[in-house]
Amino acid sequence: MSTHFDPTQHISSSAAYPEVSFYEHTDDATFKKKVRKTTILLSVITIIELAIGLAIYTIHKGENPSALLVLMFKGAVCILTLAKAYYIVSVFMHLGDEIRNMIMTIVVPLMLFIWFIIAFIADGNSYKNLRNKYDKHFQESTMPAKHHSAEEKPADAGGKQ
Amino acid sequence: MATTANVHQTKWWSGGKSPFNMEYGKLMMWYFLMSDAFTFGAFLISYGSIRFSQNFWPDPNVVFNAFPGAGHANLPLAFVSVMTFILIISSVTMVLAVHAGHKGDKQAVVKWLAWTIVGGLAFLSCQAWEWHHLITGEHATLIDGQIKMVGQTTAVNPWGDLASASAVADALKNTSHETLVQLISSHDHSFSHEQLAGMSQEKLMSMVNAADLHIRENGPVAFGGYFYGITGFHGFHVFSGVVINIVMLIMTQKDIFQKRGHYLMIEKAGLYWHFVDLVWVFVFLCFYLI
Repeated sequence: MSTHFDPTQHISSSAAYPEVSFYEHTDDATFKKKVRKTTILLSVITIIELAIGLAIYTIHKGENPSALLVLMFKGAVCILTLAKAYYIVSVFMHLGDEIRNMIMTIVVPLMLFIWFIIAFIADGNSYKNLRNKYDKHFQESTMPAKHHSAEEKPADAGGKQ
Repeated sequence: MATTANVHQTKWWSGGKSPFNMEYGKLMMWYFLMSDAFTFGAFLISYGSIRFSQNFWPDPNVVFNAFPGAGHANLPLAFVSVMTFILIISSVTMVLAVHAGHKGDKQAVVKWLAWTIVGGLAFLSCQAWEWHHLITGEHATLIDGQIKMVGQTTAVNPWGDLASASAVADALKNTSHETLVQLISSHDHSFSHEQLAGMSQEKLMSMVNAADLHIRENGPVAFGGYFYGITGFHGFHVFSGVVINIVMLIMTQKDIFQKRGHYLMIEKAGLYWHFVDLVWVFVFLCFYLI
């Protein structure tokens, strides 16, 4: 009998390598605990996000909306969303359990988003500033007016049909 | 078996084994999902770019404030939070289906896959209701110097800035009889629609108080295109995910995975389903929260 090592002899033909794990090595109890913990975490983060969303709504309805406060709340929601994405990818999609080489081929290309987001948001913002500067009609016809007196504030903003 | 021992001692990249310790199909699913992430990312960034180029953008809490069966009640974020939780829960049932597959437990795979499909269909139903509500809604909007009753489409956006009382008073003169009837009957229930329809234009205009109407101008038109385009593309992913899960359910029922010796296909379908949930997290952020 040949001493040649055939790594695929004990497994099905659809799998090329013996080290590919078809079965999880964690036991049932640990797994259930991890899933329960992640589910609760995702739900709690979502509820916090909703609370912040409603807070932004209340600030907008108020007499003197603070732009800085709204911006800070929006930033907080973005960070919470990234936390949610991390838990979904790392626990639900088991990327955290893969080997480092594999994780890096997925995560490193996604770093392109850092440039992508900053560049295109900045581009949109710069376009707005240039238009406001050189196209006064655009500015006058689209800039939110400050003419809303207190009695004009809608009780149920836009809720009519 | 000295050679066997040697093979196992080789380095990750010297051949003879998968350097990623992963089955081919699953690895390709990951790379597909990465490219899909760039597709969705490009859409959302394009939306962000247009939004930053505008002086005014509709407040999502004003646009998305309806709930099925709640009539005209103002419930910002309520319905979309239901949709978000449906997707989170269906993601959890998918995790349980994949785990059952690891253990080769066919009955549990069938059970959790079925619940995941139910969750996906529930989400799609919610989205269908939301789209229908937005498109067929009738919002009094100041367009081209007259008031029109419009819904949210890709051509018109009823959620612009609040129009000034003087502009509304001017616009009322150019507004059609039918729109005036609709406008009054929507908040004044002391007359029937027929009674109002029988009144003269002057009589109707005297009944309207421009300051009470809170009529909005035509908002940024790009809002509709981006909203329907991106939530539609996500909805299409949910739909194809449901179809894939149904195929997986049938294959499980026919013992195909049992005979194959492993449930790796369930794992790949699971990756796709979690990705759909992941994208929704960002769609939820960009359209509903900020």
